[in-house]
Amino acid sequence: MLTIVDYGVGNLFNIQKAFQSLGSDVRISNNPEEIINSDRLLLPGVGSYEAGITALKENGIDQVVREFADSGRPMMGICLGMQLMLSVSEENGNWPGLDLIEGKVVRFTGPAPTGKPYKIPQIGWNSISKPGNVDVNWKNSVLESLDAEDTAYVYFLHSYYVIPEDAGCVLAETNYGRDTFCSVLMKDNLVGCQFHPERSGKVGLGILKSFINH
Amino acid sequence: MSHPTRVISRLDIKGPNLVKGLQFEGNRVLGTAQQFSEIYYHEGADELIYQDVVASLYKRNSLKEIVQKTSETMAIPLTVAGGIRSIEDINDLLRAGADKVAINTAAVSDPNFLSEAARIFGSQCIVLSIESYRQQNGRCEVWTDYGREVSNFETVEWAKRAEELGVGEILLTSINNEGMGNGFDVEIVEAVSSSVSVPVIACGGAGKPEHFKEVVIEGKADAVAAASIFHYHYCRPVNQPTMSYSSADLRMGAQIDSGNIEFLNEGYGGEDGLMVEPCSISGIKEFLNNNGVETRTT
Repeated sequence: MLTIVDYGVGNLFNIQKAFQSLGSDVRISNNPEEIINSDRLLLPGVGSYEAGITALKENGIDQVVREFADSGRPMMGICLGMQLMLSVSEENGNWPGLDLIEGKVVRFTGPAPTGKPYKIPQIGWNSISKPGNVDVNWKNSVLESLDAEDTAYVYFLHSYYVIPEDAGCVLAETNYGRDTFCSVLMKDNLVGCQFHPERSGKVGLGILKSFINH
Repeated sequence: MSHPTRVISRLDIKGPNLVKGLQFEGNRVLGTAQQFSEIYYHEGADELIYQDVVASLYKRNSLKEIVQKTSETMAIPLTVAGGIRSIEDINDLLRAGADKVAINTAAVSDPNFLSEAARIFGSQCIVLSIESYRQQNGRCEVWTDYGREVSNFETVEWAKRAEELGVGEILLTSINNEGMGNGFDVEIVEAVSSSVSVPVIACGGAGKPEHFKEVVIEGKADAVAAASIFHYHYCRPVNQPTMSYSSADLRMGAQIDSGNIEFLNEGYGGEDGLMVEPCSISGIKEFLNNNGVETRTT
């Protein structure tokens, strides 16, 4: 059973529909018992970091999510859900995250005053690729379906991105404006997608499918 | 570094049907919204916009059902517009599967609605829809109620104000150019895009591939939305049966008329008076890619 954590933030239904279309046994839950007794966990999220971490703590769900992560079972964070797994975010202050993966969350650099203009948030499709400076294998990861592809486009909608302490956690990176940032994060049983795989067409569904089959 | 530009299909919806007018007038039925949505998903549209064209008349957005149906099978982002007037409306549509909502009339009546919505749902879900009309003297003003009412807001100023209020994106439609196939109002797109730091989607006027290039390069649009140029291409499927106007799917119910079905009656051959040169989504993307504008290729 795959459980999508409902902590009051984000549109869970599209994620649920995506997993259902892949034939997965999936439920949405805010019940700690159900959450801890799942085979796989999905941490969704849109909106501000402050609202996200506050909502997680409010219902004690942060504790059970940590327990699940410690158990070694597969867990995926999407967008804000992925960012919440890090240690701290610089969004509107300094907000502590779940600290499942060491690192921080920072804002896009933004265009240089005399440089080429671009917008924040990044809203749209962009390509994900193997990090240039690290030897990385996509086989046996959630990105295995993309291993043979030249370019894979996925859909982003965000103003902040993660910087893990350990560069070895960066499974895929993406260029936007003046930044090259981590678009897929992986550490042991934990994986994070900055983009929305449930809104990334067939490429995204392939990633979700790999997560179920992992 | 550059990133891909979005090519978006805008569907004007009345009941279950996809309709298309000119400058927001005279909606012709072209088929069902569901059929066209599926086509666009498979053909590589980067996003879809559903515009409820009778929302102002009925004082509400009626697209929840079509949103629910289509978001189940289409894994691409969806923005819903038309008659969104309350926090509850937004909540209903997001829960039904919409990723973003675009607000016009309600925001002009009460700009604080935008900041409240952004605060509750997050800026990324809240799009300001601007229907911009260029007067003879060059002043661009904001119209509401899908082209039925005039406000005294000036387009660029309103866009800047909305950004301050917390919207995550702006959907800018030129009423003068809409459906005419003569190109976008590049000037107003550029004026708005260079005045705000959030993405701007240009809409209204696409007639051929060159127009898309113009509005991105000269207009500095971050994304381009079009309706006629795509709908008139796909409503003539090569290997599929022509949709019959007497199909139950195209009826909206006993109390409401079936809409302007003249175009359908002519069996999809009636290209007389088409203002656009119909083109596929991949045709537009290929043209853009060959002309210095990166797009998502599938």
